[in-house]
Amino acid sequence: MGMAAAESQFHVLAVDDSSLDRKLIERLLQKSSCQVTTVDSGYKALEFLGLGQGIESNDPNALSTSPQEVEVNLIITDYCMPGMTGYDLLKIVKESSAFKNIPVVIMSSENVPARISRCLEEGAEEFFLKPVRPADLNKLKPHMMKTKLKHQKLEEIEEPLNVVAAAASVEPEIKDPTEVGIKILTLQSELEPKQVHLQVVQQEEQTLSNNKRKSMEEGLSTDRSRPRFECITTAV
Amino acid sequence: MDAHVAQLQMQYRNYILSLYQQGFLDDQFTELKSLQDDGSPDFVAEVLSLFFDDCVKLVGNMARALDQTGTVDFCQVGANVHQLKGSSSSVGAKRVKGLCINFKELCEAKNYEGCVRCLQQVDVEYKTLKAKLQDMFNLEKQIVQAGGIVPQVDIN
Repeated sequence: MGMAAAESQFHVLAVDDSSLDRKLIERLLQKSSCQVTTVDSGYKALEFLGLGQGIESNDPNALSTSPQEVEVNLIITDYCMPGMTGYDLLKIVKESSAFKNIPVVIMSSENVPARISRCLEEGAEEFFLKPVRPADLNKLKPHMMKTKLKHQKLEEIEEPLNVVAAAASVEPEIKDPTEVGIKILTLQSELEPKQVHLQVVQQEEQTLSNNKRKSMEEGLSTDRSRPRFECITTAV
Repeated sequence: MDAHVAQLQMQYRNYILSLYQQGFLDDQFTELKSLQDDGSPDFVAEVLSLFFDDCVKLVGNMARALDQTGTVDFCQVGANVHQLKGSSSSVGAKRVKGLCINFKELCEAKNYEGCVRCLQQVDVEYKTLKAKLQDMFNLEKQIVQAGGIVPQVDIN
């Protein structure tokens, strides 16, 4: 864990409910030498980051499968998605102390100035109009360099701290229990209100995704689908 | 150089140019092609396949939404149009995208007859594009089978 992988690629988490657009952004990012993970919803993005159900299981191992090993250097997300919009995702990421420093880029097929400024005000690094082009991704190069340098510095500092913590530990067979314990507590307490929200929202999303195709195909308009359509038909 | 291959290549070039000139494709399609390489040799075909899958699904949804005895949910129709507009924009399907722009306005105006007509046009248009692109892929295949390389076509 303390080993710095000097040649590790810049890892982008791409979020889009359209499989076509996911494929496109993935290819674009790969061509820019990025490692890419694509997910089809904000919920899955949060899960991947480790802000999902993994934490509340009180399983210390859950944490070790998230950020530390699957570090995300940038999130690029579509704005208009059912359930959790890109804006919602942006807010959650920026309000989490663990991930607020991950740059978030918003993509949208619509050029709505109010939408763009709202996202930028909430902390989005960039706002790309779709279809995204290679030139847009060039704007991300500075972010790539900044994140890489920062993490290299952090790794240099972390090494001696890990040694100290291990030496002070009462039960040496468990790796840094106090460190891990504190980490879990911090994340849990900060996330408590949101965890409940996420739980409820995740359940809703499951139902939504199960029923989504069905309701669309049957031409039924359910309450669940309303927010999505409003999102699309109203200006902001 | 083999005369047969050269002839096929010229045919291919002219065909591609005509697709752009007739407004079937725009520069986003060019971008798609530029993303294809030896590492991802079927990228364009895969993306187009996703696009046409979207067309079938979304047109079906819209047909069902417009086939209501009683009130039509134009919001729902509009949501599907929005998705189709996004997909067509992402692949460079210029005519389909143009129709979607009109369609969106018709949904907002809750113009039932207009929507029904527009949907029919969308249906025809994406199927036409599909057939044209199939011809394009067939030409590519013929060139390769004849021992040639598929030329990069400069649109400008």
